[in-house]
Amino acid sequence: MKAVERATKEQLREYLWQMLLIRTFEERSSEQYMQGKIRGFLHLYIGEEAIAVGAIAALQPQDYIVTHYRDHGHALARGMDPKAVMAELFGKATGCSKGRGGSMHLFDASRNFMGGYAIVGGQLPIAVGLALAAKYKGTDQVALCFFGDGALNEGEFHEAMNLASLWKLPVVFFLENNLYGMGTSIDRSFAGGRQVYRAAEHYKMPAREIDGMDVLEVHQAAKEVVEWVRQGNGPYFLEARTYRFRGHSMADSGEYRKQVEEEAWEHRDPVVTFRGLLLEERVLTEEEVAGMEAQAEAVVEEAIRFADESPVPSLETLEQDVYARP
Amino acid sequence: MPEITYREAVTRALREALKDPRVFMMGEDIGAYGGPYAVTKGFLHEYGEGRIKDTPISESVIVGAGIGAALAGLRPIVEIMTINFTLLAMDQIVNHAAKLRYMSGGQFSVPLVVRTVTGGGAQLAATHSQNFEGWYAHVPGLKVVVPATPYDALGLFRSVMEEQDPVIFVEHIRLYSTRGPVPDELYTVPLGKAEVKREGSDLTLVAYSRMVHVALAAAQQLEQEGINAEVVDLRTLRPLDAATVVASVRKTHRALVVEEDWLTGGFGAEVASRIQEGAFDHLDAPVGRVGGVEVPMPYASNLEEAAIPSPERVVRRAKELMGA
Repeated sequence: MKAVERATKEQLREYLWQMLLIRTFEERSSEQYMQGKIRGFLHLYIGEEAIAVGAIAALQPQDYIVTHYRDHGHALARGMDPKAVMAELFGKATGCSKGRGGSMHLFDASRNFMGGYAIVGGQLPIAVGLALAAKYKGTDQVALCFFGDGALNEGEFHEAMNLASLWKLPVVFFLENNLYGMGTSIDRSFAGGRQVYRAAEHYKMPAREIDGMDVLEVHQAAKEVVEWVRQGNGPYFLEARTYRFRGHSMADSGEYRKQVEEEAWEHRDPVVTFRGLLLEERVLTEEEVAGMEAQAEAVVEEAIRFADESPVPSLETLEQDVYARP
Repeated sequence: MPEITYREAVTRALREALKDPRVFMMGEDIGAYGGPYAVTKGFLHEYGEGRIKDTPISESVIVGAGIGAALAGLRPIVEIMTINFTLLAMDQIVNHAAKLRYMSGGQFSVPLVVRTVTGGGAQLAATHSQNFEGWYAHVPGLKVVVPATPYDALGLFRSVMEEQDPVIFVEHIRLYSTRGPVPDELYTVPLGKAEVKREGSDLTLVAYSRMVHVALAAAQQLEQEGINAEVVDLRTLRPLDAATVVASVRKTHRALVVEEDWLTGGFGAEVASRIQEGAFDHLDAPVGRVGGVEVPMPYASNLEEAAIPSPERVVRRAKELMGA
């Protein structure tokens, strides 16, 4: 059976919708940054959409997500309101972190979206703890932990992988391998070779590599892995090969990558490919896709309007929430 | 009132905390080994390995997993064997535990207790004899608790377990075997409340943790020379009870801050600053400080002894401030 035949039309439509939403959100965020509406660091997820969408669709509402600072895609795929996310990027009181976190630190307790973490590798030990709590309490929750290839060389990666495996904790370590840690190629930073998933062998943790540009392949793998982890078999390591189509952040001149490499990956654009597949398989018509694209534009436009019109945080809030009790 | 050791007080505090099923402990050698300082001796047998978790030597994931478990509604107590090793977990403590409530707009709490051991004086040399509690007190979002007596160790820990925020609970390596009165009745010591350990009228000695005992010994010697020193124990560094310190100095008109840590950029400088802000017009002498000699801690006993503040050094400095 072809991968596309395993999903319902509604599922396929939803995956495409989320990918379009993320792509549009990121493209428009980039514009807003250029206009000075968004400041600080802005890390775009363009090119990697299939991962967040495919993986997060495999979760239950009670499961946990922790991720890195390139976190808009994960937040939107988890169902966070684009208005609250955009408002956070704008530093507004209506943002999902009340304007305290910005682009790199999105949170939503109601969705167990436990945060974007902006210290490379810092979220891995926290994912281990969330999974530990699930096991301790006897729930069937899973912690899905996204991280990039840059985190592979942090000590926290080793510590987290080791402990999770040692204690058989329900963590999915999900490597979004976009081949660059900021401007440094994985070949110049990771001694373990290109079969990165084999790093998990050292921890006796099962692992596999998947195509991060194919939302159906990501989803199928994530579904199998999440359920396997949920059954109490211990952690699992997934490596998705992907590529960010933009710079590391908006400040990136992009001089460290070869054009031929960029073009080869752009040729495999996960949004374009999946859209093409759904048209080819007659899951959706051209008109339906055009309607979804227009809808994504409208939702993001509304998010921008909302963010723009929202108030900045009141100065009275400056010292709130440092401690539970003032 | 029955007397128990500082170690026994911490042990009792932990046993009380473990009555709450949300509480569990993690750390290096806290279980099968019985705890590096025997604080958790017998716990593994009593509570089982589900709640007393021996970890690999992995300070970062010990604290990080504690944060995650706390985010998920548990009350983890993690132990980092000594404060020197907390440097390996500093990312988790400073960048994550301390930030999550604020940065999430108040959506999350991290009710995590990090127990650790500070101090020199055990001939463990430079990498094992440091006092980093002041570093953590620098960070908004953390609370730093530094008990000097068995009574405070138990009473403060009871308050710590009521916190919704991360707490660094700092025990002193040289205090575990010291004894003090601890009532059987339930009591608590609130965080952020310093204690006047000894009343006096001529100058105020401000200290915390083991230096409280050094200050008290110095005060006794000073008394024989006709100088009546008041001793204030901070008990917690953050929140800092500057009001009690300032009130004391307004009364005595002289202040000497005693800390085991190095003086440069140290916590005592913060205390001195608060004193001059709050009692400038009442001061009859500059605020004095006594601290550790600014060297990596040497191993040799005589050198180490010379590096750590002693009652004699405190007395000398106090007499200078008195103009005596």
